[in-house]
Amino acid sequence: MTGFRLADGGGPVIPNYGEPSACLRHNGWFCTDWIHEHWGDTLQPALIQHIQLTLIAVGIGFVIAFGLALVALRFGFLDPPLGVFTDFLYMIPSLALFQLLVPLSGLTVTTVEIALVSYTLFILYRNIVVGLRSVPPDVLESARGMGLTRRQTFLRVELPLAMPAILSGLRIAIVATISIATVAAFLIQDGLGAPIFDAIGTPDLFKTELLAAGGLAILLALTADLLLAFAQRALTPWNRLR
Amino acid sequence: MPTEAAELVFDEATKVYPGRDAAAVDHLSLTVPAGEICVLVGPSGGGKTTALKLVNRLIPLTSGYIRIDGRQIGDYDVTELRRSIGYVIQQVGLFPHMSVEANIGTVPRLLGRPRSWIKARSAELLELVGLDPSYAKRFPAQLSGGERQRVGLARALAANPPLMLMDEPFGAIDPIVRARLQDEFLRLQQELRKTVVFVTHDVDEAIKIGDRIAILREGGRLAQYDTPQQILDHPVDEFVADFVGRDRALKALTLKTVGELELSPESQDGLPRLPADTSLRDALAILVAERRDAAVVVGADGSPLGVVTREDLLR
Repeated sequence: MTGFRLADGGGPVIPNYGEPSACLRHNGWFCTDWIHEHWGDTLQPALIQHIQLTLIAVGIGFVIAFGLALVALRFGFLDPPLGVFTDFLYMIPSLALFQLLVPLSGLTVTTVEIALVSYTLFILYRNIVVGLRSVPPDVLESARGMGLTRRQTFLRVELPLAMPAILSGLRIAIVATISIATVAAFLIQDGLGAPIFDAIGTPDLFKTELLAAGGLAILLALTADLLLAFAQRALTPWNRLR
Repeated sequence: MPTEAAELVFDEATKVYPGRDAAAVDHLSLTVPAGEICVLVGPSGGGKTTALKLVNRLIPLTSGYIRIDGRQIGDYDVTELRRSIGYVIQQVGLFPHMSVEANIGTVPRLLGRPRSWIKARSAELLELVGLDPSYAKRFPAQLSGGERQRVGLARALAANPPLMLMDEPFGAIDPIVRARLQDEFLRLQQELRKTVVFVTHDVDEAIKIGDRIAILREGGRLAQYDTPQQILDHPVDEFVADFVGRDRALKALTLKTVGELELSPESQDGLPRLPADTSLRDALAILVAERRDAAVVVGADGSPLGVVTREDLLR
């Protein structure tokens, strides 16, 4: 960057000396000036895209996994094949799955989301099934005996009692998706993977960008995990007493 | 369904489980008068629990009829029927994710009672079953086995049902607490006068709890349906005599208290003192243990009512 730059709205001219800082010249690990300057045009958008990629994947994955779990609980014989199917999706290495999908849906967000959703299914499906199955039989019997309908039993008894397992599943799925989503940059310029790949692609490895973007991904995963842990405690106060 | 105690009638009620030849409950006919406790007792395989669950249609009847206040159970909407019958099971089945208050409020909530009504009702019931009001906010995991069963009872009573079904409610509780819960249940029943069907495999419990006892034998056939006194004094056959035990004469002594006997007026110092509500059996045990021939019966205020002798007890 050289010469002068006009601030937004043509305000006072801020001199830009065009000289990279000493830190950047030496390819330092954490050059605050670069981070400051590129937060708005690189890091922040990447972070927001990353959160979007994750939330959409886990959201869709949850809906599908919940539906599959209900089907498996209603028709018990379908549980083993569904388990094997989701396990199989989970087994495929993420890069391979991204590539396998390209001929179908191209270098698009859709491709990435399909892959990410596939990974969430196994974790979410297992946890939802295990959670709903863990409801003690005497609790179900007393619910029935007191005149709760099938639907009331599900909504007021089975679902709340499955919450700890379901929330644990969501926690693992979200953290795993945040990490896998960085690989999405292999296909699209979305998410925190983009600046990471960018940094790796520079001839002598741009350390500050690598650390900033990678650090944000880690921070995002930690924050999500912590928030969900709190949510778990707040939503299932009874569960700590057991 | 009205909330006053209801009469319950089994009329040739029969259950044959699919794929089985033998019936689990075989042409069972008996009437439980309103406000009485009927205990179903018998060896395992006697169909006690099956008979109980036929009433709230947790198990469908194969043939025959069950009527509550003259109306067939099949004529009720099944959820309405169940909501108007108190149901207590051995494992209690409290909802672990709900506070004690929310557990007790389950049926009233389904019936659309307002929150304030439920809160008041729950406090009232906690007191009734002998728990401190502070228990309202606790979760089941924070309660002992006996406390859970008390909450289970309170929950079953919440909507003031005319009929209670109790399936071995004290079966999983240690003997000392069980005896106390039995006593308190009987005291409650004095007050509430519900129609109760109570399943147990314990003859002593049946004798203690029941106004009437129905003894079921293998294959779900009714062997005898009578008052505890009649069953102990006049078992109809070998099976019943065996089932109630060789000590049935002693068991019969549990049915009466020393206060109910005619006492001789002379007062003798140095005799053991027995509260008037001591059963004849316990009184006898005390006399035998202390090697005495007589004891003074005292009232609740400790004043002597008269003397009871060993012969009086065994007469």
